[in-house]
Amino acid sequence: MPSKDIGKAVLGLVVFLVLVGFPIWYTASQGQSDYRPELVPPEGETECVENVEFMRTWHMDLLNDWRDSVVRDGDREYTSEKTGHQYDKSLQNTCMECHYNKDTFCDRCHNYVGVAPKCWECHVEPGGGVSHGQS
Amino acid sequence: MDKARRGFLKLTGTSLLGLGLGGAAIASAPHKPEHDPDAGPRWAMVIDTRKCRKKDGCSACMDACHDVHNVPDIPDENHAVKWIWKEPYPNAFPNQVHPYTEESVMGQSVPVLCNHCDRPPCVRVCPTQATFKAEDGIVTMDMHRCIGCRYCVAACPYGSRSFNWKDPRPYIDGIREDYPTRSKGVVEKCNFCKELVAKDKRPACVDACTADGNEGVLIFGDLNDPESNVSEALRTANTIRRKPNLGTAPHIFYIV
Repeated sequence: MPSKDIGKAVLGLVVFLVLVGFPIWYTASQGQSDYRPELVPPEGETECVENVEFMRTWHMDLLNDWRDSVVRDGDREYTSEKTGHQYDKSLQNTCMECHYNKDTFCDRCHNYVGVAPKCWECHVEPGGGVSHGQS
Repeated sequence: MDKARRGFLKLTGTSLLGLGLGGAAIASAPHKPEHDPDAGPRWAMVIDTRKCRKKDGCSACMDACHDVHNVPDIPDENHAVKWIWKEPYPNAFPNQVHPYTEESVMGQSVPVLCNHCDRPPCVRVCPTQATFKAEDGIVTMDMHRCIGCRYCVAACPYGSRSFNWKDPRPYIDGIREDYPTRSKGVVEKCNFCKELVAKDKRPACVDACTADGNEGVLIFGDLNDPESNVSEALRTANTIRRKPNLGTAPHIFYIV
């Protein structure tokens, strides 16, 4: 019977949508639909190498540019377009100098958006030096 | 007709002779690169093994290098990672010993490291250009590009490259936070301390050796500068290079 089949199809569709929409309606039911990860900016620091909006959107490209220019061309100085200050192009020695808490800054947002940068397979996070002894 | 033929043969013969002599002259002349004074530095090192020999068992250069670069100390020789180490003289200079080589020379171990060749075979074989020669002559690596194929390990005739068969971090005693480690699956080697040289400092091995009271054992400087200490050392003492017959033109020179 065609009408019976349509009923089954609609039921299946509803079940499908409910399951697929689980992350959305579940977070909404928990009252967290407007959740944003809360990042802890470094204390006592007022400015990053560029302004916040730029860094939020483009930090990964900036870091890739730094990486390529330092490693391939030996160009190690970065001049801020915002302030004109000179910075050493270094993830470990410049970025992490201020953002020394990777957990409450980098990771919190990366986990939220579901990205896993491979930087830390080699680059050492602050405090990462002491936790590794010889085994 | 005959005259023309005779003239033609004479001319051909002379030309061939000239070509042959010229070619032979070019081939036999030792290759001395023309250094352009405006070209910027060409870093090189001179190792005075006569002085190094006197401090048997000293490991200051190796300790310093492996410390500043987070080089792991892996006990299993098959997995060991080395940037600078000591090699018995006959192994370091296999074509330059004979049954009558002086005993003290024959019996010593000399510090060996990446030779920062002018014609580096590792650079030629690298499929991703992860290993490349910078303008200042330093043969260096872009770790981000290394895919771990180990062609360079096979190509380097000096054994200067090590592969990370496992995660090196557990084998580093006190990881330094101002320099990265490596990950499992990449090759690494001496980088002539390019991060220090960029800041007008000397390589860590040279610094450590000098600090240990050994002036002029490891000499580092700019070959393009005739006044530099390496140029001076090369002028005043006879030096040899490792495996010169391979044509790689190493830039680590040894005073024996």
